[in-house]
Amino acid sequence: MTPYGKGPIHQDLPRTADLVVIGAGVVGAAAAWFATLAGLRVVVVDRGAIAGGTSGAGEGNVLVSDKEPGPELELARYSRQVWGEDLGGYGGLWEFERKGGLVVASTPAALGALRTLAARQRARGVVVREVSGDELPALEPRLTREAAGGALYPQDAQVQPMLAAAHLLRLARQRGAVVRTRAEVVGFLRPGGRTGSPATPGGDTATPGGGMGAPAGDMGAPAGGMGAPGRDAGVPVTGVTTPHGTVSAPAVLNAAGTWAGAVAGLAGVGLPVLPRRGFVLVTEPLPPATVRHKVYAADYVDAVASSDAELQASPVVEGTGGGTVLIGSTRERVGFDRRPSPAAVRALARGAIGLFPMLASVRAMRVYAGFRPYCPDHLPVIGPDPRAPGLWHACGHEGAGIGLAAGTGKLIAQALTGEAPELDLTPFAPERFERGGADEPRGT
Amino acid sequence: MSHAGRERTEAAPYRLTFDGTTVTARPGQSVGAALVAAGIVSWRTTRRAGGPRGLFCGIGVCFDCLITVDDHPGQRACLVPARDGMRLSREETRPSAEDGRGGEGSDGD
Amino acid sequence: MATDRPTYDVAVVGAGPAGLSAAVGAAEAGLDVVLVDAGRLPGGQYWRHDDEHSTPPRSHGGRLFARLRARLHHQRDLGRLRYLPGHQVWLIDRPRPDGGPFTLRLNGPYETAPVERDRVRARALVLCCGAYDRQLPLPGWELPGVMAAGGVQALLKGHRAVAGRRAVVAGTGPFLLPVATGLARAGARVLAVCEANPAHGWLRHLDGAVRAPAKSAEAVRYAALMARHRIPYRTRAAVTEILGEDRVRGVRIDGGEVLEADLVALGWGFTPALELPLMVGAATRRDLDGSLVAVVDARQRTTVPGVLAAGETTGVGGAAPAVAEGRLAALSLAAAHGLPVDPRTVRRLRAAIRHGRAFAAALHRTYPVPDGWTDRLTERTLVCRCEEVTYGELCRARTDLGAEDPRTMKLLARPGMGWCQGRICGFAVAAVTASLTGRPATAEDLRPLSARPFAAPVTLGELAEMVDEDEEP
Repeated sequence: MTPYGKGPIHQDLPRTADLVVIGAGVVGAAAAWFATLAGLRVVVVDRGAIAGGTSGAGEGNVLVSDKEPGPELELARYSRQVWGEDLGGYGGLWEFERKGGLVVASTPAALGALRTLAARQRARGVVVREVSGDELPALEPRLTREAAGGALYPQDAQVQPMLAAAHLLRLARQRGAVVRTRAEVVGFLRPGGRTGSPATPGGDTATPGGGMGAPAGDMGAPAGGMGAPGRDAGVPVTGVTTPHGTVSAPAVLNAAGTWAGAVAGLAGVGLPVLPRRGFVLVTEPLPPATVRHKVYAADYVDAVASSDAELQASPVVEGTGGGTVLIGSTRERVGFDRRPSPAAVRALARGAIGLFPMLASVRAMRVYAGFRPYCPDHLPVIGPDPRAPGLWHACGHEGAGIGLAAGTGKLIAQALTGEAPELDLTPFAPERFERGGADEPRGT
Repeated sequence: MSHAGRERTEAAPYRLTFDGTTVTARPGQSVGAALVAAGIVSWRTTRRAGGPRGLFCGIGVCFDCLITVDDHPGQRACLVPARDGMRLSREETRPSAEDGRGGEGSDGD
Repeated sequence: MATDRPTYDVAVVGAGPAGLSAAVGAAEAGLDVVLVDAGRLPGGQYWRHDDEHSTPPRSHGGRLFARLRARLHHQRDLGRLRYLPGHQVWLIDRPRPDGGPFTLRLNGPYETAPVERDRVRARALVLCCGAYDRQLPLPGWELPGVMAAGGVQALLKGHRAVAGRRAVVAGTGPFLLPVATGLARAGARVLAVCEANPAHGWLRHLDGAVRAPAKSAEAVRYAALMARHRIPYRTRAAVTEILGEDRVRGVRIDGGEVLEADLVALGWGFTPALELPLMVGAATRRDLDGSLVAVVDARQRTTVPGVLAAGETTGVGGAAPAVAEGRLAALSLAAAHGLPVDPRTVRRLRAAIRHGRAFAAALHRTYPVPDGWTDRLTERTLVCRCEEVTYGELCRARTDLGAEDPRTMKLLARPGMGWCQGRICGFAVAAVTASLTGRPATAEDLRPLSARPFAAPVTLGELAEMVDEDEEP
């Protein structure tokens, strides 16, 4: 059985479904899979291609190590378990690898801070082993000898996120789900025949497959402000309108990633999801096990949690089975600009050489940009939106969307089918930004 | 060992080594040309299938002819001008850890 | 590296026919010019030769080249032109993206020799990046002894080496003929030239306005050479499989006859190198021959202010229109600087370009990539040589995973993700993906496999030392 077959994959959209998922990235795919598994008739629509947005622009992190204790760490631990258990049998399809994370502190002071964080994480159930400076070479032979010490997180894992999204959608299709790419949601069905209208300029400028990828790289930042509620707030959402037809459904899930604010805007509700640009450098293929773990500097956790608009860089280095080494990470709030920034690329190279001096003579083959979908409090948005009944969200996962996708998808499916979610979704409530105070840094 | 333009006045050939074997090259020749002229057509094996590779595009585009020159790995043999005394060696075979491809990694774009 | 460096009026990238002509023309018009070229010697692929004292044959425009080279050296000696051979551009950026000078970041094509400059700045660019053989995958094309036709030619012309003793030259287009006759003259036995299209049809495509006596004479000369060397010229004939274990042993023609050979030279027209035009944001289009090319106006200007393009970058057309386009680009820049430009020269150049382009169009119509070439691909045929991605894997990424555009194909199956970054397989991946999706390939299909964030590999050490022009004192 071939889920798609030769020729155009465009199937006709069914007129009705139990759930419409907007977004064929890894979060939408995981939600589609778990909802289909739970017996729902699911339709997935995306204005671009499968994994065409942030899912195709990351490193495939499934991490617990970089989370401060708090709601995101709980979600990360839960999701790591879903990747390993519920989805464990499929791990080979998306190259699930329990490679472990190694956090490296360059100074005794940084090591002290790392130990403190590790202790707090351990109290929340994270498996972490302290590593002395003397032990580091055995774990990572090419690592700088300058490091003071580190912490090893065996639960940290990696997946190939594009394959994860594509295979989850394939599996969902085999159970009856319908996946329609190149179908942009242009409005929501609302009782009384009203539909939403595009909330942002450029919403119709998607150029799938256009090199910069889909969704459109030059689209303005989504309207996600905390202004006056939209005119349709409070009116239920009962389906979606696309240029290829409408689908009525009692539930519509906004899994549009960095572009989720614009989708929410179509329903008249505000959702402050903004792009935070990151670059990843890819090296030439190197011998196997040149870099064995996901290795990053201890200041990475601070960079992840910060809200600065300025360029921040913290080195993250890891090998891939294909032989290339991936080098992150930078964080900038610059809208949707994909052009390689010399300053960012230079920061990546310097950071990587700082961790692995041998990389200085290794060549980079390319660099790619992605846009992390982040919310002011750095927590994702997961759950039903009371401001537009029938509209659900699973978005805003920032740089952790791959890792958090499996758990998010399963929790959404539980909530949709009336089960009590295995994890409390309150911290992720879509309406939390209306209350004020949700822009505090996460963590405790 | 044929060379085009035999009738030219030849400068003294350079002597290079390829994995210990002596290979001669004319001034101006690339190391790839010198190897091919010596009847050596492959000096790299691929990571996945372990297949042999040598010159393909011949002009620096395809990177199939990667070779280690004087301890610089990954040089394009079709571009590097031969010099007297150069040491050439096969590119280290770099198989994936597991069967063939192993993990693909997740380098997106 | 010195940092006290000027900002040039113009940087010309590439020292082939178009780039030489542009650089010399701009310097002679009074502009400050830097000419950056990856090659050791000027001339590009077309005017490849093996040392600084030799020239390409007269039949190949050798005299025109010799004149341009003399003018290049003269302008360099006068200090009006800085010539940087052996430098490749790996990045072009601008401190202020919508204005200000361009920074071209440079390194060497190999690490065994240092480069003179690691960057130059210029207020305008003329991109003359040339082209390389277009390839269509077929079973066995990864075997050693199978080479691009241009690579075989480069070995003959640039390195005086013959890549084999028994050769088959295959593909389409008139360029196969000089490769075959060059091999024969160097002592190889050429068993066949397999031309996939009907022969010599190109003369019929030329209307009265486009007479090309020089080209006709060239055709007659190659026909004579082919006859003299007893090279069989087979038309409507294609190599459908290359045989061998660890190196090529032979070819199968049209699914039947086997010829024993140790060298196979393949070429299906040319692919312009488009990474630099795409990097600066220039608009591109699909040309008559199916290649992605830069869009230029009647002054050789791309859609990005300050960026001009000439030669194969604007469409595969050979040396004659390239030289004229390079010169016209130089005059455009001179005019923009308020320097005097003779309108008669401009008219003459435009006529030469029109003529050359019409001739090229006739060739493109005569020697197209044959429809249905993907039918020769088998489950195990490599499409991407670097990442060793087979046709079967592309099919599965399409049918199982829903990859319906080349970018998604790259992400899900990895074609074009290896060392060459899609330079060799890009055309094929675009065509295969489109074909599997039941539509013809478009410019949209070609762009994701033609754009490259780095135009050449660059070490992390170089990246770490990258100077941000805005930060300079």
